[in-house]
Amino acid sequence: MRALALVRKAATNVHMSTKTDRMTFARQFLDAIPHSRALGMCLDEIGEGYAVLSMPYDERFIGNPSTGVIHGGAVSALMDTCGGTAVMSHPQAHGGTATIDLRIDYMRAATPGQRIRARAECYHVTRSVAFVRATALDDDTENPVASATGAFTFQRAKGA
Amino acid sequence: MRKPEPVQVIKTRRDAALHGLVQSVPYIQFLGVEFDRRGDELTAVLPYREELIGNPMLPALHGGATAAFLEITSIIGLTWSTMWSDMEDGKLQDGALPVIPKTIDFTVDYLRSGLPRDAYARARVNRSGRRYASVHVEAWQDNRDRLFAQATGHFLMPTPDGS
Repeated sequence: MRALALVRKAATNVHMSTKTDRMTFARQFLDAIPHSRALGMCLDEIGEGYAVLSMPYDERFIGNPSTGVIHGGAVSALMDTCGGTAVMSHPQAHGGTATIDLRIDYMRAATPGQRIRARAECYHVTRSVAFVRATALDDDTENPVASATGAFTFQRAKGA
Repeated sequence: MRKPEPVQVIKTRRDAALHGLVQSVPYIQFLGVEFDRRGDELTAVLPYREELIGNPMLPALHGGATAAFLEITSIIGLTWSTMWSDMEDGKLQDGALPVIPKTIDFTVDYLRSGLPRDAYARARVNRSGRRYASVHVEAWQDNRDRLFAQATGHFLMPTPDGS
């Protein structure tokens, strides 16, 4: 139940208070998500309506055994989590979110052995929907590995 | 006229080819996805585990786990359909790594939240050309008619030289 309480607390607080608090809450929130933990996701940065998350290279995540390239599904999981975190970090957000749809374009294979970093930005919110775009990069930051666009459910804070 | 092959020989050959394909991809093992085969029809099964949860409050499956499950089902379905005739002709090389198509794009439609129980998925190859393929995939849990997610993906088919 501890994890649950943490999620509740983090979910309602991720958008408010100081920068360090927001980071701490968001990290606790991420750590309470079993699937994100299983993939070793780590929060690198969070602001008002954006988030940066990264994931280590791990041989268990390989999707193509002849090249050693990470499976697209692992990149999807990172993009999805990053998108959701960006939505919850929006100043007008209240509580959790769920993905409505997510489209990922794979521009190139991620280089085996390198960490993958995703940056998601919640660029528009309506009363009930948040629109997000995200990019995934490895060490070659000039050439993105993948880009994504998604729609997430959005709950507005009272009075916002 | 040639005598038809014994059913057990056919089954063993098909199951061995499928097993070899599925076992060769570490991420399929990581997620724990299994495949059920009836003739050439595959049903992917994602047995429930706590590590698949994305919202512990509800609880619900992680959207990323769902997306990965759908993408795995699409890729295996597509690879399976392209290797079928070689397999039936006995032309598959033992121990050779299967050549896997590359995902160009993948769009997931989340219809309802994934419940903490087993999930199933089936892929349909709508178009498979020399260079490109389009695959649709549907996933459900208790009820085949109540999908919890569906997706469409486009894939780049591998060329004979492996590029």
